[in-house]
Amino acid sequence: MGAIQNKVAGPVSEELTLVQAAKRGDDSAFEELVRRYDRNVFRIAQHITQNREDAEDVVQEAFLKAYGNLAQFQEQSKFYTWLVRIAVNEALMKLRRRKPERTVSLDEDIKTEDDSLPREIADWSPNPEQQYTQAELREILSKTIQGLPPGFRTVFVLRDVEGLSTEETAAALELSVPAVKSRLLRARLQLRERLGRYFQRRESSKDAEAKNGESKGDVTSGDGNP
Amino acid sequence: MKCAEFLTELTNYLDGVLDEKTKVELENHLSWCHNCYVVCDTTKKTIEIYRDSQLYELPEDLRSRLRSAIMTKCQQQKKRGPQSV
Repeated sequence: MGAIQNKVAGPVSEELTLVQAAKRGDDSAFEELVRRYDRNVFRIAQHITQNREDAEDVVQEAFLKAYGNLAQFQEQSKFYTWLVRIAVNEALMKLRRRKPERTVSLDEDIKTEDDSLPREIADWSPNPEQQYTQAELREILSKTIQGLPPGFRTVFVLRDVEGLSTEETAAALELSVPAVKSRLLRARLQLRERLGRYFQRRESSKDAEAKNGESKGDVTSGDGNP
Repeated sequence: MKCAEFLTELTNYLDGVLDEKTKVELENHLSWCHNCYVVCDTTKKTIEIYRDSQLYELPEDLRSRLRSAIMTKCQQQKKRGPQSV
């Protein structure tokens, strides 16, 4: 399997130069950082909040917080990882406000026993995504990931969608590396199982088609030979 | 390698960070265990589909609106002087 592509543009050294300029008060340098990472922050925020308006708010609040606290950024980690940490916190706060009945936390106690063994092991059809239009596929993917606990989907999004390394994800979420790995495995397996409902090889419908074909054949031959 | 062991190594395998010995054992397991092969293959597809999905892309018009709102607020914040946000 090819390495997971990082969706973040530009080398780290350039990032540091921009951060240092922004710290000295160069707003155009900060604006460049916004340009560089706004799409990532929006994607992460919408994955966590599952709400477009909340995601827009998170983008604004996260950058504003980063701007206000830039002096405190130590430059020991990547600016992007630091920014993601701020954005994830903002997004979780939004989610808590929207769903106060449920405790929303990255540290929530997630059951780790038994639930990881895949129950359904049906194969998928080749290129399953091509069975659906782009819009249908987005709907399926969005609905499917919404079903995961926030702690799982956040790890999945940072690791597999945004392409952060395990260590960067751990740093951004203040989790241990084993915790990230364990959540990532569960998130991947749960998504796989849920997507299987849409992408499974449709043996049964093929059988049905074959039967239909036969019965049609009967009808045709009946019609053809009165 | 047993199926349960395959599962604990799956994430490291897909991320390409398995040591050579475990990787060989895992691939040997996949060569005869159809269920694990399917799990491995469809999990990989799951990751690829999400990664390539362009789910939640930020439209350009909204993007520039957000950016100018951010920069305006940053400048207001600067004028007010340093304080916690």
